[in-house]
Amino acid sequence: MNKLKRIAGIVWILLGPISIFYLIKTAASETAKKPHIDTKIQWYVFVIVFIPIVIGLMIFGYYALKGEYDDIK
Amino acid sequence: MSSSSTSTKGIWKVITASSIGTLIEWYDFYIFGSLATVIASQFFPKTNPTAALLSTLATFAAGFIVRPFGALVFGRLGDLIGRKYTFLLTLILMGGSTFAIGCIPSYDSIGFAAPVLVLLLRLIQGLALGGEYGGAATYVAEHAPDNRRGYFTSWIQTTATLGLFISLGVILLTRYWLDEDAAKSIAKFNDWGWRIPFLLSIFLVIISVYIRMKMKESPLFSKLKEEGKTSVNPLKESFARKANLKMVLLALFGATMGQGVVWYTGQFYAQSFIENVCKVDFDQSRTILIWAILFATPFFVVFGGWSDKIGRKWIMLAGMFLAVITYRPLFNQLLQLSDMNNKIEIEALRQIKSNYTLLPNNTDTLKKITIKHFFEDKSILTETKIDTLYKNVAKKTIKPIVTVSKTLSSSIYWKMVFIVFVLILYVTMVYGPIAAFLVELFPTKIRYTSMSLPYHIGNGVFGGLTPFIATLLTTIYTSDKLVGLYYPIIVSILCLVIGALYISSKINISNKN
Repeated sequence: MNKLKRIAGIVWILLGPISIFYLIKTAASETAKKPHIDTKIQWYVFVIVFIPIVIGLMIFGYYALKGEYDDIK
Repeated sequence: MSSSSTSTKGIWKVITASSIGTLIEWYDFYIFGSLATVIASQFFPKTNPTAALLSTLATFAAGFIVRPFGALVFGRLGDLIGRKYTFLLTLILMGGSTFAIGCIPSYDSIGFAAPVLVLLLRLIQGLALGGEYGGAATYVAEHAPDNRRGYFTSWIQTTATLGLFISLGVILLTRYWLDEDAAKSIAKFNDWGWRIPFLLSIFLVIISVYIRMKMKESPLFSKLKEEGKTSVNPLKESFARKANLKMVLLALFGATMGQGVVWYTGQFYAQSFIENVCKVDFDQSRTILIWAILFATPFFVVFGGWSDKIGRKWIMLAGMFLAVITYRPLFNQLLQLSDMNNKIEIEALRQIKSNYTLLPNNTDTLKKITIKHFFEDKSILTETKIDTLYKNVAKKTIKPIVTVSKTLSSSIYWKMVFIVFVLILYVTMVYGPIAAFLVELFPTKIRYTSMSLPYHIGNGVFGGLTPFIATLLTTIYTSDKLVGLYYPIIVSILCLVIGALYISSKINISNKN
């Protein structure tokens, strides 16, 4: 089980940059499609709020990879 | 039983005092959301771009930025000065700002000051909500016996749903209470009656503050304070120390993230889906939710109590798992039930009404055609087509506005209530045990700070975004009306896997210091 927890840690780390790329790509295309201030604010808020959360997911993955959660049964 | 836990009689006083206040805070927060359209027309006219911009900020900032920020501000305060005074402060802030929103003159009266004031007060609401829940959950948990923590904290868990229930009920009652004629009553409500639910809040808050003032500080926190063991810097201890930060991240990605999306899908998105996608009328789409909440609410306590016996983990994860596998079929069933193509119309009863009104410019005419279709199962479909007949022929290409509203037959209505009940049952599974789970994850001295942040990111950000992202997906992928459900499903799958792998299935009763 601990091995699985550590391997899954790599997945959580990789999910980080993928999510950030997808988020920024979608934000750019949606604001280009509808360049109203409302749309821009919505997407700025999404990007500003989600990037720290995604970094948190990567830190979580790093901890998992390092075995920080091995002792939780 | 914990040596510092309160007697059974005492714990009910603690639960009542905490729950009433928390329920009022949720009520205050939801009435703004439920009345967003009316508030927008009073304070944020679309014709003024700056006011419209403030409207967007009020919607987004309060839920997504200010709530987690409130969790940090008040969480820190709660770990420094105590739970009781902190959640008393959040209650006063929330109640005061809600009452003040009800008193602000409209945009037509005081101009630009109106939307600015509403935005500021909405931000205070978000801040206060961010601090309230963690305090109430911690306060109850620290009075509860160790072996019944899930059961006693589950009463606090009922407050969010009951707050929504009461806000919907008060709004519906006020809408029809202002005049004997329903149409006139709704017009009065949209004009000034919407203020009543806001003003009502002050009475509820005064009662709740009075009750809370009489309560004592949490026994575990008092003990820490006496021993001089309270945290000096709760933020640093919560988020800058690996041993605690790893548990904050686990709480977010393994529990609250999935719980948040299941909560918002089962209650907010379901109601929005019934009203906007299934086109069920305003009142029925709300009363369906009210009945479902009423029947499902006791299950918060059932699952909370059950979690004391079998652990918190698998009940929460089972709720997420059921949501993942049944969301699409259940929402599809809502669509099918409201689809009038599946019903037989009684054509002889069809009513067509035309109405022509000369517009103030005295040249163009407003044409309104209302067609009512009656079906064998007693459902009614009302189609309204509003078109402007321009004297200037060049303008005739402008599309008419067509609205559809369905009034469901009794049997279809109750089938929908049952489906929404099932959706809220999942909410009770993921949400009932989560207060006890979060409390047990962190030590007393930094508990308020540590549990508030993952809770409000999970609920405020992941959960609060559900209606927006789901609606956004339906505008991008227009062929699938259920495409919006992929957001809560994907988030729930991720949370389910992380929770299953990393969360302990044992109940951690000893995390006190």
